[in-house]
Amino acid sequence: MLSRVADACLWLSRYMERAEANARILDVNIQLLLDFEDQNEGTVQQHWQPILATLEDQELFNEIYEGISGDAVMAFVTFEKKNPHSIISSVTFARENARMVREQISSEMWEQLNRLYLYLLSPAARAAFIDSPIDFYRSLVDSLHSFQGITDATMTHGEGWQFLQVGKFLERADSTSRVLDIKYHILLPFGEQVGGNVDITQWMAVLRSCSAMEAFLKISHGQVTSWGVAEFLILHDTFPRSLRFCVDSLDLALHQISGCGRAHFSNEAERLCGMLRSNLDYTNIETVFSTGLHQYLDQTQLRLIEICDALVKTYCRWLDEE
Amino acid sequence: MQGIFQQYDAGPFFDEMFDKAGKVRPHYGQLLQRFGELEPAEFDRKRVLAEKSYLNQGITFTVYSGDEGTERIMPFDLIPRIIPGDEWAFIEKGLTQRLHALNLFLRDIYHEQKIVKDGIIPGEIIRSAKHFRPELVGFDVPHDIYIHICGSDLIRGADGRYLVLEDNGRCPSGVSYLLENRQAMKRVFPRLFNRYAVRPVGRYPQELLAALRHVAPHGNPDPTVVVLTPGVFNSAYFEHSFLARAMGIEIVVGHDLVIENSRVFMKTTKGLKRVDVIYRRIDDDFLDPTVFRKDSLLGVPGIVEAYRAGNVTLANALGTGVADDKVVYYYVPAMIKYYLGEEPVLPNVETYLSAVDADRKFILDHLPELVVKAANESGGYGMMIGPHASKEEVAKFRDAIIADPRGYVAQPVVQLSRSPCFVDGKIEGRHIDLRPYILSGEKTTIIPGGLTRVAMRKGSLVVNSSQGGGSKDTWVLDEGEGVC
Repeated sequence: MLSRVADACLWLSRYMERAEANARILDVNIQLLLDFEDQNEGTVQQHWQPILATLEDQELFNEIYEGISGDAVMAFVTFEKKNPHSIISSVTFARENARMVREQISSEMWEQLNRLYLYLLSPAARAAFIDSPIDFYRSLVDSLHSFQGITDATMTHGEGWQFLQVGKFLERADSTSRVLDIKYHILLPFGEQVGGNVDITQWMAVLRSCSAMEAFLKISHGQVTSWGVAEFLILHDTFPRSLRFCVDSLDLALHQISGCGRAHFSNEAERLCGMLRSNLDYTNIETVFSTGLHQYLDQTQLRLIEICDALVKTYCRWLDEE
Repeated sequence: MQGIFQQYDAGPFFDEMFDKAGKVRPHYGQLLQRFGELEPAEFDRKRVLAEKSYLNQGITFTVYSGDEGTERIMPFDLIPRIIPGDEWAFIEKGLTQRLHALNLFLRDIYHEQKIVKDGIIPGEIIRSAKHFRPELVGFDVPHDIYIHICGSDLIRGADGRYLVLEDNGRCPSGVSYLLENRQAMKRVFPRLFNRYAVRPVGRYPQELLAALRHVAPHGNPDPTVVVLTPGVFNSAYFEHSFLARAMGIEIVVGHDLVIENSRVFMKTTKGLKRVDVIYRRIDDDFLDPTVFRKDSLLGVPGIVEAYRAGNVTLANALGTGVADDKVVYYYVPAMIKYYLGEEPVLPNVETYLSAVDADRKFILDHLPELVVKAANESGGYGMMIGPHASKEEVAKFRDAIIADPRGYVAQPVVQLSRSPCFVDGKIEGRHIDLRPYILSGEKTTIIPGGLTRVAMRKGSLVVNSSQGGGSKDTWVLDEGEGVC
């Protein structure tokens, strides 16, 4: 496969996953806000600010908008073309990459992606958003899920598909770690205690934004605790958005591409990914918390970046020569 | 006439659907019956349906205004153009003959130049042709095929006779529209195809691939074939990726290729992979910055050297542009007689060369009545339609012709045939032409029909998509008699 094509496949699926992550985070945040009755300017700001912090877009936001409000943050993360991480930008970039590899992906995939793009640009999208943001984000996530399903059902699971998997799980691991980290940025209101009503509601929101609520409740017997949620989203072996699952899937895709057995490595990306995978396989939540949850997630994000860099060096080294 | 056709006025032109007496031509009878039943609103609904499918598939070109590009679809008209079987057989014969002669001509002028020595074409015309490549004289191409894919545009005059308007022997585009138009028609009017035996067009990509594999260097039986595109921002990018997809081969940009030891390789995740045949959709000028335009960022440095070493085949070959020159076009009927000893089946449009003194005098005396064309422009650029031109435009072309007589030709205005089209809720006549796609491989194959291009603006004779032209599906019937 052409190196340029591999690179485009990887980014195409990263951008689609990023759009989905953003839609989920916003959906949950709106719902969370509706749970709290006592809203004033201060609490609203406190409520939306963590989103900007986790997306690392605070500076750009300040350049474009005056003051934090729900509408401003939602507009910024959803429709703002100047924001390279917004949903509309992510879908636009995904589509540009898809255009470059149209002969690799199936027509059904392209049409699904193109329809979504045209919809987001249309007045209909704005109208749906104004009518009910929750429904709007749900339908976006639906549409992105359809893309995943169409991809699995219509494209040969060859090298191109494996690069799509690589992009998807790199981005998903990153976004799960960011969502979990949101809690680090949210301050508990004065008088609220860790383990209190507000704290638990916030942890439940974190679960929801990963579609993990139901799966979590099945194993936790109704107990929502910070340790429990973190353990589930970091270390669960078969939940498809947990860090461990994502890194394991990433590792599998990398080995499928190279043809190297999974107990070994044949390039730097595989070596780094294998080390992260074994860390996730053999660590426990006590160790994570003794490191500090925020520090642990931060390190993991850096390791994901290193894997991506090594991957590009291995398979797309030609692209650097230009 | 029936339904929405009731008010239709065929006008003083050759109309594809109705004869001079206003009677429907036999091969359009079934169509009239079916479409006559449709209300304008229903027609419009079908049109929106078809356009939506083009948009969703991304069959668009980008129009830039301000800082944002908007994507437009090429206007698509729902009323097909129908060509009866015998009429098509005649066209096919004429096009095959013409491409055969053009390939012999290119072989000749890049070798012995017998046609010049025998006094059929002045040597000066060849030497001064903008796209003649003297550096390729003496170079052999596999199977002596220079033009693998040819688009020779056909028009019909007032008497319905088919004429060749120009030859496109470089990178003729539009075939993806032809294939998609058929898909759209099947989706929108599925039952209509039951009433007609329409020849299928879907095999084109396989035939194209076969033609490309046929010319692999050193007779390699299993060559790697790729499509070379200028990139995703090129207005024809959709077509490039469409064809790559339909042939199941890679599409590459210049940066994906590298030359080592006069061989072409593509950069893959598993290292370098040898490339044997390149269907290039980049003009000669931009192909190799070490040989042609130095500022080209689209090309592949060293590719011409690999080509000259015989290690890679380019389709179409380098230097075919000389056959697109509108002065050389003038000599094509003479070429057919010279190389094949046959009378041309499809005539040229009557043409005057401003490089010839007597012709030039005639041209300058009759400018407002003539169509003037720059010898080396295409896409509807560099041309003036006398009767539609302003005084300033006529004066501008007069100066240009006097300054560069070799650079222009003139032709009488041909009132292109018209076809009924659905415009703003009613049926009106619009001028059309036909771009066929002729493949030269082990044998010559022509996709049944071609792309019928429509001048969507009322009265306009310019069908090019860059000038607001649209298209319609083109049906070749298994049987039937036409007028030609």
